[in-house]
Amino acid sequence: MSAVQPALTSMTAAPLVPAAAAHSLPHVTIRGLSKRFGQAVIYDKFDLDIPRGKLVSVFGPNGCGKSTLINMIAGLIAVDAGEILFDGKTLSEIKFGYVFQNYREALFPWLRAIDNIEYPLKLMQLPKAERRARTEKLVASFGVKLDLNRYPYEMSGGQQQLVSIMRALVVEPEILFLDEPFSALDYEMTLFMREQLQRIFLETGTTTVLVSHDLEEAVYLADRILLLSRHPARIADFAAYDSPRPRSAANLSDAEFVRVKAHCLDIFQREVRRQ
Amino acid sequence: MKRLEPLLPVVGVIGLIVVWYIAVWARVVDPLLLPSPGKTFQALWSGMDGGALGFDFLKTVERTIASTLIAAVIAIPLGIVLGSSEKLYRSLEFVIDFFRSTPASAMFPLFLVLFGVGDETKISVAAFGAVLVIVFNVAYGVMNARKTRLLAAKVMGASRLRVLTDVMLLESLPQTFVGLRNGVSLALVIIVVAEMFIGSQDGLGHRVFEAQQLFNMADMYAAIFAAGALGYGLNLLFLLVERRFVHWSGK
Repeated sequence: MSAVQPALTSMTAAPLVPAAAAHSLPHVTIRGLSKRFGQAVIYDKFDLDIPRGKLVSVFGPNGCGKSTLINMIAGLIAVDAGEILFDGKTLSEIKFGYVFQNYREALFPWLRAIDNIEYPLKLMQLPKAERRARTEKLVASFGVKLDLNRYPYEMSGGQQQLVSIMRALVVEPEILFLDEPFSALDYEMTLFMREQLQRIFLETGTTTVLVSHDLEEAVYLADRILLLSRHPARIADFAAYDSPRPRSAANLSDAEFVRVKAHCLDIFQREVRRQ
Repeated sequence: MKRLEPLLPVVGVIGLIVVWYIAVWARVVDPLLLPSPGKTFQALWSGMDGGALGFDFLKTVERTIASTLIAAVIAIPLGIVLGSSEKLYRSLEFVIDFFRSTPASAMFPLFLVLFGVGDETKISVAAFGAVLVIVFNVAYGVMNARKTRLLAAKVMGASRLRVLTDVMLLESLPQTFVGLRNGVSLALVIIVVAEMFIGSQDGLGHRVFEAQQLFNMADMYAAIFAAGALGYGLNLLFLLVERRFVHWSGK
């Protein structure tokens, strides 16, 4: 709960020094979140602040409700009780992107890759020319060679997931959610995609929430690692990893990385053993 | 050797004709009951080339297409409605399954009373059978739409109507085509049976039946082959249309 305290203080201070305080204000505030599936209480009066412009990894024991958390924040699962606000606004008032683990089922196979990426802009009823222009600008910023006139099923798994990340980013979201986005990819592709995600984050500074089941990945990519307990989920720790970006494979062996990862692993194992 | 592989399907056809010739030559069957392949194909050719068989063939095509079209127009919207509400589908599932399992031919007398002895009866019984097959498949296609895909559309801000038109309909298309293929095959079966009885004047069923009554075996086999070619052709037609418009099917 320690994460809540400073946030609340800065919120009360906000009207006095708006410009300076705006940066330290949390982007997402979650208060009193409760959720049960049948008999199982997954969340009970859960509070969390997600800092602005940071990449937050969510890590925890199997079935603790990592994905459930971002699904509730992104409105995919209804909450039983509680409030989730984005700068004081509700979900329907903001633009956000969501990347599913299962890219094969998340993309539309009847649309070419380029039309998949454009689809959310179509929902926003933007004119065709503007849709195309925004999509092309985004694709160019990725700097990868990709034939977007192909259908998703004609692409490799990594290319498909790249297309779904582009689809999530094309609306210029205020916040980006990724639910184990790389766990269906082979290792080589996973490494490539981590770099892509890091680069996107560096360029846009979009608040990002990443659910991961791989501790190395969770720490390597994150500014903050949210460690959850078994359900009902509590914040076991909200560790920081401050190493400057861009990070590279060399980071994986530096002392600070090893320390943070070991710390997270300790907490994880403590939470797994606790009944 | 590899280059000859596409010709493999022809082997079965040639084999069948050879066995047939041998059976005729060895007089395994009374020659009156089994004419030679040559005679049969001659009857098929002259019948289809401006003869009575060609006329009957077209009549059957007309009725089968009409009944399948009527069935599709009724069944596709109905299947979408049923499929998009699981409760509605569950409450009607037994009725649909029951009539789907009922041989449509058992409905002839009822439809005869309703529509008389004309084309309406044949077409409506066939449409009745096809509707149930298509409805069932469309509803399942809609119900089994990938959940992630529906969520993906929702998360991008699609309204319920947009989710239905942009995702569910397209998701159900492969299964809809399964229904259409089964539906057209069933419609053909029912139409041909209907043409054999209930005061028919034309159609492939009528041709087969009449040739048999006149003991004109070459004509009878010719009509059977024509019916087989029609069934195969209709199935192939739907497969080609599916491959063209539902290119993602099975991928």
